[in-house]
Amino acid sequence: MRAASSGSTMIVRLRNPTRTVEVQGGRSVAKLLNEFGLAREAVLVVRNGELVPGDAFLSNEDEVELRPVISGGV
Amino acid sequence: MKCRVCRGPAVIDVRRHNANFCVEHFIEQCERQVAKAIEAFDMIAPGERVLVAVSGGKDSLALWDLLISLGYDVEGLYIGLGIGEYSDVSGDHARRFAAERDLTLHVLDLREEYGYDVPTAAAATRRVPCSACGMSKRHLFDRVALERGVDVVATGHNLDDEAAVLFGNVLHWHTDYLARQLPVLPAGHGFPRKVKPLVRLSERESAAYCIVRGIDYQVEECPMAAGNRHLGYKEALNTIEERSPGTKHDFYFGFLDRAAALFRSGATIDAEGLSACVRCGAPTPGEVCAFCRLVERAGGHEPGGAVPVTLGRREQP
Repeated sequence: MRAASSGSTMIVRLRNPTRTVEVQGGRSVAKLLNEFGLAREAVLVVRNGELVPGDAFLSNEDEVELRPVISGGV
Repeated sequence: MKCRVCRGPAVIDVRRHNANFCVEHFIEQCERQVAKAIEAFDMIAPGERVLVAVSGGKDSLALWDLLISLGYDVEGLYIGLGIGEYSDVSGDHARRFAAERDLTLHVLDLREEYGYDVPTAAAATRRVPCSACGMSKRHLFDRVALERGVDVVATGHNLDDEAAVLFGNVLHWHTDYLARQLPVLPAGHGFPRKVKPLVRLSERESAAYCIVRGIDYQVEECPMAAGNRHLGYKEALNTIEERSPGTKHDFYFGFLDRAAALFRSGATIDAEGLSACVRCGAPTPGEVCAFCRLVERAGGHEPGGAVPVTLGRREQP
């Protein structure tokens, strides 16, 4: 995993703080979340602007957002 | 993954229901869960007017959208908290949501109306910002609801919020809070009825609903809430949920079914001891309500000195 740069890899956008990293594609959503150490209950995955479930396959050239869903205020 | 209903491609898996849904049937599922909560707890009667507490985040905007879809008469109230860019962006989302759907949104700004904001209040009280923030919002939602003559205030508390609060209250045995942790607080003693129609939806489902409905919301976390105790409780519960889907639901609804009633006698005594605040008229156990005391203390921490306040509101120049 490295900071975002151009190339045939998958761009992953993270939040809090907002940043992007570039990783190799060719893996499922569930596997990507495991690699980032994120709980499935705590994030949604948006691929090229569309919500995708845990078994969706992510490829190079995909733009992926790992969107946190946990908020602290009540 | 295939949608449980139509066998088309699913966009979300909801493990505690052991189900996957496509966009259309996920929206239906959310509407069904909210309708079920409203009916099960007698939250809103047909024809009643609702004020939704709108923050610009996923839960309040999802709630507003769902209540409109279910046919309720709903207005929104956004309170400007003065938390820098975070509040600016949140307010923009709330205003845009209302404008695009031709809905009524009331906007109230803490600094303009009362001469303080949440960071100032936190400094004045020397407590966590969420404490002053929550108290200010509750007071103002009550006040505007009564002024507007609406029947009920709806907030976007979801299953994760309620389970996390319950977890904290049980860990510390806050029995007085346990007595009041209900999805409906009835009107009375100068308070409007308060309801939480999202208690059957998780935080993840609420966010997913916004995405599939095309609702733009404030995604960033409130900078004042970062690292707070409540977030720690949510993380702990999600660790358990990961291994045992449905645990948060069972914890919260099991409490409502089997334990909540055991804590209620103390709450009745508290309500009977309320009288009107001598400054603003809000119900309070003392002479001056907590909100008016906060306005006074926070005003003293303003850079230019104390802000003149009359009847709980900033004096107009």
